[in-house]
Amino acid sequence: MKPLDRTVRRLGIALVALLAISPLLPDWALFLVTVSLAKGLVALGLVLLMRTGLVSFGQGLYYALGAYTAGMAPRFFGAQDALFMVLAGTASAAMVCAVLGLLIARYRAIFFAMLSLAFSMILYGLLVKSPALGSTDGFNAGAQTVAGLPLTGMVARYALYVLALLCAFASAALLHRYLASHLGRLTPAVRDNELRVEYMGASVRNVVHLNLVLASALAGAGGAIAALAVGHVDPETAYWTTSGEFVFVAILSGTGNVAAPFVGAVLLELLRNFAYAHAPNTWQLVVGGVMLLVILFLPEGLWSLFRRRRPGTA
Amino acid sequence: MAAILETTDLTKTFGAVTAAAGISVAIGEDTVVGLIGGNGAGKTTFVNLVTGYLEPTLGTVRFAGTDITGLTPRRITRMGICRSFQIPQVFESLSTRDNLLVGLGIVSLARRSFARSTVVPGRTPEDAADEMLTRFHLEKWRDAVASVLPEGIRKLLDIAMALAVKPRILLLDEPTSGVSADEKFELMDLVLGAVRADRVTVLFVEHDMEIVRRYTQRVLAFYEGRVIADGVPADVFDHPEVRRYVVGGGAVVPARERSC
Repeated sequence: MKPLDRTVRRLGIALVALLAISPLLPDWALFLVTVSLAKGLVALGLVLLMRTGLVSFGQGLYYALGAYTAGMAPRFFGAQDALFMVLAGTASAAMVCAVLGLLIARYRAIFFAMLSLAFSMILYGLLVKSPALGSTDGFNAGAQTVAGLPLTGMVARYALYVLALLCAFASAALLHRYLASHLGRLTPAVRDNELRVEYMGASVRNVVHLNLVLASALAGAGGAIAALAVGHVDPETAYWTTSGEFVFVAILSGTGNVAAPFVGAVLLELLRNFAYAHAPNTWQLVVGGVMLLVILFLPEGLWSLFRRRRPGTA
Repeated sequence: MAAILETTDLTKTFGAVTAAAGISVAIGEDTVVGLIGGNGAGKTTFVNLVTGYLEPTLGTVRFAGTDITGLTPRRITRMGICRSFQIPQVFESLSTRDNLLVGLGIVSLARRSFARSTVVPGRTPEDAADEMLTRFHLEKWRDAVASVLPEGIRKLLDIAMALAVKPRILLLDEPTSGVSADEKFELMDLVLGAVRADRVTVLFVEHDMEIVRRYTQRVLAFYEGRVIADGVPADVFDHPEVRRYVVGGGAVVPARERSC
């Protein structure tokens, strides 16, 4: 066995620490971290796309697909297990992206961003016009068990927290390994020079398509976890402002590390709660101001705060 | 000596501009061929047509007996035709070593679809990358990000990247442009030393006649999309049209005046 990679080891330490402190966390904090990790999963997918040189303003599409699949699982598949719902949400988002990606992977820059936005707004339109799915109100979602264990009350909240943590850890560690592999090295190569990638015998479109599917799977998992934690799904999950929030988290966090989007998502959620409590009418102004400061002073995101302390790694 | 690369009546027009006007050449296996010509003579267009970046308006390209006309650069690369670029095309944010590992990694992932595999059992792409760094004297730049490399090193890396995918024929587009005069022979010695050991056929576009004279066995002179001379360097350089259009040194001195 090779010794564990430093990033994976640190992720493991963070996982154990977060599991260890969980009994001390109040109910609201468990909920906040669970939802933040779910959104962090979507932002992690965006980090992968950004490393490929692409920004999607339509990840809400896959987030909503994951959420609705999880929510519909009891009604349509008779499934009651949270783990199954998350896997189903992940799979449905990835499958839709595998098809849409055939078209989207051909586009770059603003065209890529607008096309992904357009697809997400089509889903929003469909959901709003679907009375069977509750139209604009959506419907309640929830699981009875997780991996066979019954879910009730505080146990449910705690179990979802653990599930979200495990999903976040597994996704970050796997994505880190992927990016360090021969296949994953093509991701920055595509961003840097597509022509050269083709001239070295690899297909740029396949790399982009694969990364799109991976990002959508992460978004689907995030949507399913969020739906279970909130206990409700609605078309807002596919709306462009939701997609925009994921881009916000990715930029706030920075693309330097696979752990960054989770830290960024938790901080954003805390900031929003704080701003909402102290400035209920102008909280967007506070959040926007923080974003401005991050872009001005930390162009590589919050993660650069951690890196700067280690000299010689630039 | 079998022809490894053969073009027949290769023609490319861009609107009213003819960049290649019926080029028919056969390149023998295991040779070093120079491609010369003034600006706009069609040298780079020829390289782009052979490697699939451009699709010919007319004519065919055959590689080792197989028609490769209209295939993509990716397919053609996998068959064994690789190229370097006049302006180095490197992955700016990756280290020198990772730049090589991109190509070596692709070969190890898709070894079955490459005509000539660099994969040796027991040798990882990482080993191969370190070996290439040594062979090209790039160890010093091993972990340097490509965007900070000096131009001569970028040029060398660009060529090494083409070799990472183990070609049977290597097309070099102006390998010594942007390289200082005292480094250019060293660069050519390095590159040709590395490829000739593997009996790779080399076709290179070059403006520096000293380089062409020194390293090639055969020269193709291009003018306005046509091959105007083809032969051993000394004969091609003496060809009146080549002297007028390519080598320079003013108009050809008519024999009458030369005698006085």
